[in-house]
Amino acid sequence: MSHPALAQQFTSDRTRAEWHDRSLWFVREKRDRMAHGVPEWELLREHASAIKLHTMSQLPHYLEQFEKNAAARGIIVHWAETADDHNRIVYEILQRHGVRRVVKSKSMLTEECHLNPFLEKRGMEVVDTDLGERIVQLRQEAPSHIVLPAIHIRKEEVGECFHEHLGTEKGASDPNYLTEAARNHLRERFCKADAGITGVNFAIAETGGFVVCTNEGNADLGVSLPKLHIACMGIEKLLPRASDLAVFLRLLARSATGQPITTYSSHFHGPREGCELHVVLVDNGRSSILQSPDFRRSLNCIRCGACMNTCPVYRRSGGHSYETTVPGPIGSILAPVREPEKHSSLPFACTLCGSCTDVCPVKIDLHHQLLAMRGHIDAKHLLPVSKKLSMKLVSAVLSRTWLYNTMGWLARVSLKWAPRFAVYNPLNGWGRQRELPIPPSATFRQMFAQRRAGRKSAESGAAAPVAREGSKSREGSQTGGQA
Amino acid sequence: MKVALFVPCYVDQFYPQVGMSTVAVLEHFGVQVEFPEAQTCCGQPMANSGCMPEARPLAHKFIDVFDGYDYVVAPSGSCVSMVRHHYEEFFEHGDVRSARVRRNTMELSEFLTKVLGVKTIFGSFPHRVGIHQSCHGLRELRLSSSSEVMTGRDDLLKDLLSQLEGISFSKLSRNDECCGFGGTFAVAEEAVSCMMGDDRIADHKAAGTTVLTAGDMSCLMHLDGLIRRQKLNIRVMHFAEILSEAIC
Ligand code: SF4
Repeated sequence: MSHPALAQQFTSDRTRAEWHDRSLWFVREKRDRMAHGVPEWELLREHASAIKLHTMSQLPHYLEQFEKNAAARGIIVHWAETADDHNRIVYEILQRHGVRRVVKSKSMLTEECHLNPFLEKRGMEVVDTDLGERIVQLRQEAPSHIVLPAIHIRKEEVGECFHEHLGTEKGASDPNYLTEAARNHLRERFCKADAGITGVNFAIAETGGFVVCTNEGNADLGVSLPKLHIACMGIEKLLPRASDLAVFLRLLARSATGQPITTYSSHFHGPREGCELHVVLVDNGRSSILQSPDFRRSLNCIRCGACMNTCPVYRRSGGHSYETTVPGPIGSILAPVREPEKHSSLPFACTLCGSCTDVCPVKIDLHHQLLAMRGHIDAKHLLPVSKKLSMKLVSAVLSRTWLYNTMGWLARVSLKWAPRFAVYNPLNGWGRQRELPIPPSATFRQMFAQRRAGRKSAESGAAAPVAREGSKSREGSQTGGQA
Repeated sequence: MKVALFVPCYVDQFYPQVGMSTVAVLEHFGVQVEFPEAQTCCGQPMANSGCMPEARPLAHKFIDVFDGYDYVVAPSGSCVSMVRHHYEEFFEHGDVRSARVRRNTMELSEFLTKVLGVKTIFGSFPHRVGIHQSCHGLRELRLSSSSEVMTGRDDLLKDLLSQLEGISFSKLSRNDECCGFGGTFAVAEEAVSCMMGDDRIADHKAAGTTVLTAGDMSCLMHLDGLIRRQKLNIRVMHFAEILSEAIC
């Protein structure tokens, strides 16, 4: 289905859509308060953007540096060109260790590669240990947000889900009670796990280490007990220096959830004694995005989710309406870059309001990229024929002033005289909930010409009043005030 | 100073009084504008639909029509941002004519404050006014500061209107959320578009807005369409209309 259809479904439950909008706006406001508390906020964004742009321009160099330094620390580094490669590599490592049960902390990359079904099909149990992710996993859904995966689910629904799967009391919806139940349930899984998989928020080229940020400490717990830790990361997650973290950690938590710092920012610099630590570096289309001047900057993304929280369309249409791993503004670039046919409606699920661009901590010009993506969709002949045809027609009319005047007249006259049922027909998408403008009797250009003509004849008679700066112009205000 | 007026096509056709008010306000401040008759549209509807080949002739027409003026003034932040920020790709790199016209094309409140240096306006408008921040004026032209950005807090439109006697302003819970118009978005994504509009209107209603204003008629056309359908008691006016009505 296309975005408009799914969005319409979501908004048809107005109460729910309003609740969803308010929940995310709450996060956006928290972010505003936090950002306000940092006088150098805009400077931080500048720095972050510059660091990312620099890193991306030298990516091969930094990747090699990272690999070298990571290897020196005893980390085993793997390279995956595609999602399939990634899944296969992870599976082989797990298989070699005879792993049956895996605990996994939040990783959008493994979602992107669909790692869970891949491993489950091969007889392994994968438990997502982030609370929100566990909820959507139990409900057999995809996350609807990259930071708040279960933001679309109400606490009553979580209660039902936990009643069914975890045996909580029927009808219970107290968040503390439900969280406690999830904790106990997850504890058990943590203890039994043979391996822990995590994502990576930042990998540092100069040290060969990496940082994982969570609020629940589930990444730490998941990799502290088992002897095997696999960390999966997109190649764009790299930072040159450890000191760069000072910029990014401050921006990430504030932008994501309005916290001054993520509860756990865990640094991994090599395996524990007697354990193995693997890092899988995944391309999966990133290097081709890197080659595109229009969309390169989308690789700056640190997956904070702020553009989703602020997007007026996302808040009212829900993450699932995008049918992508990463929804919202950034997802509406990343998905059609890779699969324009499948996601051609996403760049249009946007009013070009630009709020995402202003909120983005790494200054990705999201709304300009969305606009550019529309051009790419057109160039690939993926626009609906009706849209393309009407734009051709309108362009032809507007290019000729006489034709424009004629067609304008026609539109106004027909709008004036056509019966209401004809104007507000079911095909009129504008008119279902909105009135059309009331057609005036004359256009601006007619009124203006008339007024100038009137003034000319007045001038030839007596002296016309001359408007001076700061003086009053009766005539002007009277003409203008006929609203 | 040779000043041309650009009136967006839909304003020409459906909101002539907004164009006339713009003329009145400019004349009040001593500027005799010219209206080049050959003008039609800046090409934004096509460009925003991704149809660059269809937008191109309109961009060229715009430059042909408006070259030779010291300033081009338009009562629309959206069209001005199209000309100033999105025309580049339609012209050869280093094209002098288009660069000149783009630089000299200004939104009305911008022209009044930055070029004419208008600081005081004598007039009265004893109403509670709700300002809708049109996104393109806000985040493309930076006519005021967006709530996302942690820099200064300018607001050209409010500064101008604040001069009027008796005027008061609504305090909104969401200062600059988009109204949901978005050009073809308004029809293609009708459900979300109308919900966004409804939410803006509810915010204004709660804040006691009796006159809703903005620097762009496109946002107002959408909001007015919802307001009239729901028979709400909110008057919708472009800020040029307010100024021209208030200046006595
Ligand atoms: S695009 Fe920017 S705002 Fe959106 S998730 Fe990425 S970093 Fe955050």
